[in-house]
Amino acid sequence: MPQTIDFRIRRQDNPQAPARWEEFSVPYQPNMNVISCLMEIQRSPVTREGKRTSPPVWDCNCLEEVCGACSMVVNGRVRQACSALIDHLAQPIVLEPMSKFPLIRDLMVDRSRMFDALQRVRAWIPIDGTHALGPGPKVDPHVQQAAYAFARCMTCGCCLEACPQVNARSPFMGAFVFGQVDLFNMHPTGGMHAAERLEAVMGIGGIADCANAQNCAAVCPKEIPLTEAIADLGRQTTRYMLRRFFTR
Amino acid sequence: MAQPRFIVVGGGLAGLMTTIKICEAGHPVDLFSVVPVKRSHSVCAQGGINASVNIKGEGDSPQIHFYETIKGGDFLANQPLAKGMCEAAPGIIFLLDRMGVPFNRTPEGNLDFRGFGGTLFSRTAFVGATTGQQLLYALDEQVRRYEAEGLVEKYEFWDFLSAVLDGEAVCRGIVAQDLRTMEIKAFPADAVCLATGGCGIIYGKSTMSMVCTGTAASAVYQQGAIYANGEFIQVHPTAIPGPDKLRLMSESARAEGGRVWVPRDGKPWYFLEEKYPKYGNLVPRDIASREIFHVCRVLKLGVDGKDVVYLDLSHIPAETLNRKLGGILEIYEKFVGDDPRKVPMRVFPGVHYSMGGLWIDFQADAQGNPTVGSPRNHQTNIPGLFAAGEVDYEYHGANRLGANSLLSTFYGGMLCGPAMVSYAKGLDRSAAAVATSVFEAERQRQQELTDRICRMDGKESPYVIHKELGEVMTDNVTVVRYNENLQTTDNAIRAHQERWRRINIEDAARWANQAVPFTRALWNMLELARVITLGALRRDESRGAHYKPDFPERNDQQWLKTTKATWTPEGPALSYDPVDISLLTPEARKY
Repeated sequence: MPQTIDFRIRRQDNPQAPARWEEFSVPYQPNMNVISCLMEIQRSPVTREGKRTSPPVWDCNCLEEVCGACSMVVNGRVRQACSALIDHLAQPIVLEPMSKFPLIRDLMVDRSRMFDALQRVRAWIPIDGTHALGPGPKVDPHVQQAAYAFARCMTCGCCLEACPQVNARSPFMGAFVFGQVDLFNMHPTGGMHAAERLEAVMGIGGIADCANAQNCAAVCPKEIPLTEAIADLGRQTTRYMLRRFFTR
Repeated sequence: MAQPRFIVVGGGLAGLMTTIKICEAGHPVDLFSVVPVKRSHSVCAQGGINASVNIKGEGDSPQIHFYETIKGGDFLANQPLAKGMCEAAPGIIFLLDRMGVPFNRTPEGNLDFRGFGGTLFSRTAFVGATTGQQLLYALDEQVRRYEAEGLVEKYEFWDFLSAVLDGEAVCRGIVAQDLRTMEIKAFPADAVCLATGGCGIIYGKSTMSMVCTGTAASAVYQQGAIYANGEFIQVHPTAIPGPDKLRLMSESARAEGGRVWVPRDGKPWYFLEEKYPKYGNLVPRDIASREIFHVCRVLKLGVDGKDVVYLDLSHIPAETLNRKLGGILEIYEKFVGDDPRKVPMRVFPGVHYSMGGLWIDFQADAQGNPTVGSPRNHQTNIPGLFAAGEVDYEYHGANRLGANSLLSTFYGGMLCGPAMVSYAKGLDRSAAAVATSVFEAERQRQQELTDRICRMDGKESPYVIHKELGEVMTDNVTVVRYNENLQTTDNAIRAHQERWRRINIEDAARWANQAVPFTRALWNMLELARVITLGALRRDESRGAHYKPDFPERNDQQWLKTTKATWTPEGPALSYDPVDISLLTPEARKY
């Protein structure tokens, strides 16, 4: 059993500053994960060479892989840092920020483009109000199970990081957004407004930019069937285009 | 008067529901949150949300739900608000259903409900075992819709520092810090809502998210807001111990048939089922946690002699488990590495929920029904400052029933939003008419405090002080409490306050600095830790989550009272108010 856990962490003070690498060692304890190690480094921010440094900056919140905050690149693979268990990782453990989002500092990036995309595709059910209007529509339990698979998307950004089509010069919204459009289109009320969402995914940065690399579904921590959503939306948009063409 | 301005701080369920209610009334809202609102701690709620819809034909009703909520809280909750909440619950579930929450369904396509702690009815609607996440997403989507319409402006990655109080101590806005640029700014508002959640991070490790420090509540407490029933901290019976956090294993595991046991004489001993034949593994949380402590610490029968008991699902078909509990099974598998469909889970109680919080007012009619739209609802003792969600002290009394927390966030928001609108409309003078010097003075005060933190060059680490605070609080101010240890704990907290002054900040960068806001929050945690500890020290009885072996009985004569803590430079001044028991007469709490 190892006595210490070794880390190589990519540090960058701000978006303009040069990046650098710092190495740390953390005493081994059972059941550690990347976040609990970062917390140890925070308590004693001294590099392996004995140099005092500032505690690394990272994003996290729930620590049980349900909030989506702590995505980073761990040993070359994008994932949630909280569920990256030390016992399963080769050392030194290399931590880098996601590269497809504007860097803020160290391991923290700005994912606001994902929330903007949710607004663009109108990812919501347009209810009439919060006043009493009785129960919602009955739902087939199988449809509920299918919807739930998509509803678990944490907006974590792993699917964007892994996608070759997403980069600083591309307007591609990323795979997660198609899962959300599919989710709202399959809902009895949401489906009434499917056309608005289909228009949005047929626009700039939409489904036509997907090159079918299928990395998204492979890296999704919640195993959301994103490629199925993309295929389904391909069919929905085709049908919609034809209908629009003939009814114009 | 100009269009009134509203600020909501906190983007969890209570904050978002409050926001939606204000938007529905046609007013814009500035919404502040330290994290993108979609990542708020509400995502961690697992098991479900209570509503007596009686879909299973068991004869359940909101009246029974109300009675069980009050009894579960050991009669410390003010009854009208709890009654209002239970009666509104079915409507709230229907609303969420209309918003598209993918609730589990019965074969007929109706909403499915399951059992939960402290009841014998199937009253809990659920989405797998990630109900909180799904409810939060539904509100996040509705708020995004208002954002698209221009009614909501989000300030994400902003830290609430303080309320702006005018010469009459009326709240006129807030001061907050942008956690990227580190800019500190004042924002005027006619009504402000704090929906900033619980304070479990005071205990170091808990089931709460990292943002649940209680820093905002403590900041306004230090500005004169009353903090009530602080000593009532819920310890959840089943969490997975971890080096960074205690991960919750939802009560729904037991609701779906999970059994708690330890080996005794080579055989499983189902100690909850044996002692509580009627409720079995679904006794309320305070009772289950005490029994587990007793088995591990007094009888020394924990698994392998450790602070561990088994939570066993392995006798239930895997398909049922996946459909109803998938989310938590995944957590156990990912973080522990064992498959709970095959082997019993190893769990122990962990700090989970703050029943106490900011004192808030309410108005009810002669029948005990809350008056929706009254500006008194959810208003703190500081005029213009409101609170909703876990940060307020209402609804749950001395112990919260499982699946009532999600419900109270919605109901709280549904009362708080309209109350803020009525209050703002009734103001003689709006925040816009308040002199800019009032805002600048508070901004300046906060700027100086932050600058002082940036210059700290002592020898202590804020993270180490925090860890040690968590250890002393967990050892002494959780399931079993002794006056001697509570006094020692308060002494330790005061020693930590001295150490706080000798912190070395290590990082004084003026960009995305996390050490400075943490250090500020740490001071606020220390202040609240004293409120919790001294409230517990003074209350010489046992009630709900507050248990003292030296005073094992509930003492209604002396202690059927709300604890109210007011900040003074020497520490919290405690006073006591009667509880509103106008609807149900307190009785012995037996399960």
